[in-house]
Formats: sequence, structure tokens, C-alpha cells
Amino acid sequence: MTDLSLGGFPLDLLALQLVTGIALGAIYVLVGIGLSLIFGLMNVVNFAHGAFFMVGAYVGVFLYGYTGSFWLSLVAAPLAMGLLGLAVERVLVRPLYGRGIDDPLLLTFGLSYCMVESVRIAFGLTGLPFGAPPDLRGAVDLGIGYFPLYRLFLIAFSLTVVGALWLFIERTSFGLVIRAGARDPQIVQVLGIEISKVWLAVFGLGCALAGLAGILAAPLQGVTPEMGIPVLAEAFVVTVVGGMGSLAGAVLAGLLVGIVVAMTSLVAPDMTKMAIFALMALVLLVRPRGLLGRAGALG
Amino acid sequence: MTTAAPAPLLAVENLRAWYGHSHILQGVSLQVRAGEIVTLVGRNGAGKTTTLKSIMGLVPKREGRVTFAGQDILDRPAHERFHRGLAYVPEERRIVPGLTVEENLRLGILAARGGPGRGGRASRRDEARRIEVIAETFPRLKQRLKQEAITMSGGEQQMLAIARALMAEPVMVLLDEPSEGIMPILVEEMFEQFVAMKRAGTTILLVEQNVELALDVSDRVYIVDGGAVVYHAPAAELRDDPEIQARYCAV
Repeated sequence: MTDLSLGGFPLDLLALQLVTGIALGAIYVLVGIGLSLIFGLMNVVNFAHGAFFMVGAYVGVFLYGYTGSFWLSLVAAPLAMGLLGLAVERVLVRPLYGRGIDDPLLLTFGLSYCMVESVRIAFGLTGLPFGAPPDLRGAVDLGIGYFPLYRLFLIAFSLTVVGALWLFIERTSFGLVIRAGARDPQIVQVLGIEISKVWLAVFGLGCALAGLAGILAAPLQGVTPEMGIPVLAEAFVVTVVGGMGSLAGAVLAGLLVGIVVAMTSLVAPDMTKMAIFALMALVLLVRPRGLLGRAGALG
Repeated sequence: MTTAAPAPLLAVENLRAWYGHSHILQGVSLQVRAGEIVTLVGRNGAGKTTTLKSIMGLVPKREGRVTFAGQDILDRPAHERFHRGLAYVPEERRIVPGLTVEENLRLGILAARGGPGRGGRASRRDEARRIEVIAETFPRLKQRLKQEAITMSGGEQQMLAIARALMAEPVMVLLDEPSEGIMPILVEEMFEQFVAMKRAGTTILLVEQNVELALDVSDRVYIVDGGAVVYHAPAAELRDDPEIQARYCAV
């Protein structure tokens, strides 16, 4: 039966929008976790995070054009952005530690403009079209309707990555150092750990996640030099709604924001941006530290 | 000082330190020989805590000379001191919230052989073995290994902070006000630990407000006042000198 409906919308359409929202949310989660990790450990608000997302997408799409392998792109994009992130931390961000929150914020803000302009110069203003790779095209019947295969893949892949990340942070020694370093970097140093190396690694990891999110998002909308800008705004909302520095919070809030966007676009497409910020305002009114602020896996 | 004394394990010479524009240490000099318990006493704000922090490299601006095991460590980064066998238990205990007792202990040995980013580290088996040994020494921690550390009492957290510092079997431990805000019965238990640590060969530099207890376990005492050492003597000598005690140690 397909004539079931809720609020005037057939249920299968609502289910489709829900999947769209979760897929969108998965992208926000990947971007938001990186932001949250970098902020949680180094107190750096990485304004270039959206640019890493965008450049990651370009690297992936560009490479796909040569090799025809989406899987290769899926590995290369995060790898390239991870390496770029390491270089940025080592050369640009590190000298600014201990100088308050403004300096690294301004630096990464400027860096994001440089990255966007560089891509405009290299690849043009209009962006590149990109669709789902052939073996991930089409739709699958889940019993309650047909859903785009690529979105389902995106959700499964992202959640697998997030699960692996969670295991890494909760179960490994390096993860223990990350969790401790987010709370008390000085005690970690006193216990013999060179915290600057941990910061370097976490910055690279966060940027790699942004690059991965970029190439995963590319088939949804193609790539443009500006694609990182709205994503950055939404990822900030995710970290605030989830609670700064909380990994579980970022996951919860990312999915929530994605679903809110998708559902709002069904009812009132012009209002999606407003809906996100209304959600943020609402959460902050009830829980000023975000949903899981200072109680989640990381902080 | 006797002429035949061996080179001190820790030698601090004319140590000066600043927080921003305030000049906290005006030139502290002291020595700790291997196997000793040495205590710094003095009023609040005299510079005892800053002395320990400067020795650990945690005060941003510091001058003078700090030699540990024959090597100048004043300008070396904090984490290097750990690898030379110098451990530190800060004043506020600094138990990491969100971690269990066991995880806090593991943190104390992770870097023992390298650590993340330094190539190789203590294996999980080394960690487990060490945690077992430490848990025998601190029975209060033994039943609480899986408990979130921050939910324990102040005294238990202090025990954990000390246990964590001992995980990597340091040569010397700096202890800052370990008895502060802790039940008297636990304080005595803790001081017994210090004596046991000394017997096991660990050198201790202690900052302590509880002068009476500190004098009982210490070999020598330095009195710090106004950011400099104003008096130093064997502990027994200060114990018999109520006038000096009253002048520098009365709170």
C-alpha cells in the first residue's frame, strides 16, 4: 500500500526524505567530528575545515577522472587532506598555540580563502559535475519503497568509519592519550608524552575526515569551489548542538541536523537554513553545553 | 655539606621563575641526593609549588640551572623529564575526568618506552603487570580499577595520582602538597607509603604544609620564603627548633 500518508505526505516519500537526511547527516558527522576533535584538543576553531572538505572532493573527482576507480578516490582524498592537514598544523598553526583562540581562527579563515581561490584558478569557477559511480547507481527496494543505492552506501560507509574511529579512541593507547589530552594536556606531558605530536596527528586526522566527507558528498551535488562553505556552517551547528569536544554528541547532532534539513526542505525548502539555526537555538536554550557536552566519549 | 657527599641527583641553582610579569622565584638553590626524602616547607605563596613546577618545566619563563642525574634539564620540554626518570604529582592531583582508575594508571606507563609517536611503547602485558604490582601497593585502588576515577574520594584520588606517577618506576618523585584536603587517617597511610617508596630506592622531593608529619619522614628540610631558600637543615634539627618553625612555617 502506498497511499498511507502523514501530514499530507505519502509515507514512502517521508521515508525517502529520511534516508536523504541521514545521508546528509552522515556528511555533517564526518566534518563535525574533525572540527570537534581539533577544537577539543587544541582549542583551535578550524575555519579551513570546509575548504579541506572541498579540496578533498576535488582530489577525489580529479583522480576518478584518471583512474575510473571511486574506491581509489575514497582512499586518496582523505589521505591527501590528511597530509595537507599535517603540513598546515606543523607550519602555520603550531606557532599560534598558546596565543588565544582568535589567532588560529583568523589564520585558518585566511587559509580557507587561499584554498578556495587556488581551486578556482586550477579548476575554474563553475565546478565539475560528478555522479555516483556506475556500481553504486540505481535504487534498491527495501520493502517500504525504493531508495538510492548511493545514499545507502554513503550512510553505511560513514557509520563504519565513525565506528572504527570510536574503537580507535576508546580502545587504543593513542585514543587514551587523545581523551586524556583533551582534558588535561599538561598532565599528559608530565607523563612523558610529547603532546605536540598528538596535536599534529589529530589535526591531520580531522582534515582527513573532512576530505573523506568531501569525496563522499561529491556524487550528491557535484563539486564547486564554494561547496565547503555551507557545510562548514552546518558542521559548526553540529559541534555546538552535540556539545563541543564530544564525539558521540557530534554523531547524534549530525544525524539530527541532516534529518531536520531534509524534512524542512519537504515542507518549506526556503526555510532549511533557518530550521538548522532554530534547532541550535532550541538546544542551547535547554542545554547550554549541547546535547552531550562534556559527557561524551571524548570530553 | 660534607665534602665526601656524592653528586646530588637533583641540583637547583639560583632558579628564578616568572608568571607573566610577576617574579615568583628570586633564586632558589637546593640539592637532593639519591635516596633522600627532602621537604620544602614555608608559608602559602612562598614559592614552593612554583619551585616544583619550574623543576618540571611547567613555568613558561625560568632561569638558572636545574641539573638532574648530571644533565641540565632547565630548558628541556616537560615530557623529557619523565623519560629521565623524574615524576611529578601536582597539587590538584589532576586525575583525568572521564577515565577509569585503570586508564589513569595506564596513562602513567604508556610513554615509558617511547610512547605514541616515539616509536614503540610499553606493551599491554607490561602495562597489566605493572598495574597489578601497583594495585597491590595501593589496595584502595585495587577494587576500583574499573570505576571512573573522578568519582573517588579526595584521598583515593591522591593515592591514584601517586600510583600513576609510580607506574613507570621513576628515579625521583616530586610531590606537591599530597596531604591537602585529605582525611587524617589517609594522610598517615600516605606518609607510610613515602617511607616505603624511599626504602625501595625512590628519591622524593616533597612540598608539605603538615610540617610535623613531613619532618618525621624527611632527611633534610629547606624553608622557602619570598621566593628563595632562607634556611636549610637536617629534619631532626628543625624538629628541635620551635622558634624557626614558628617564624617560617606558621600559617
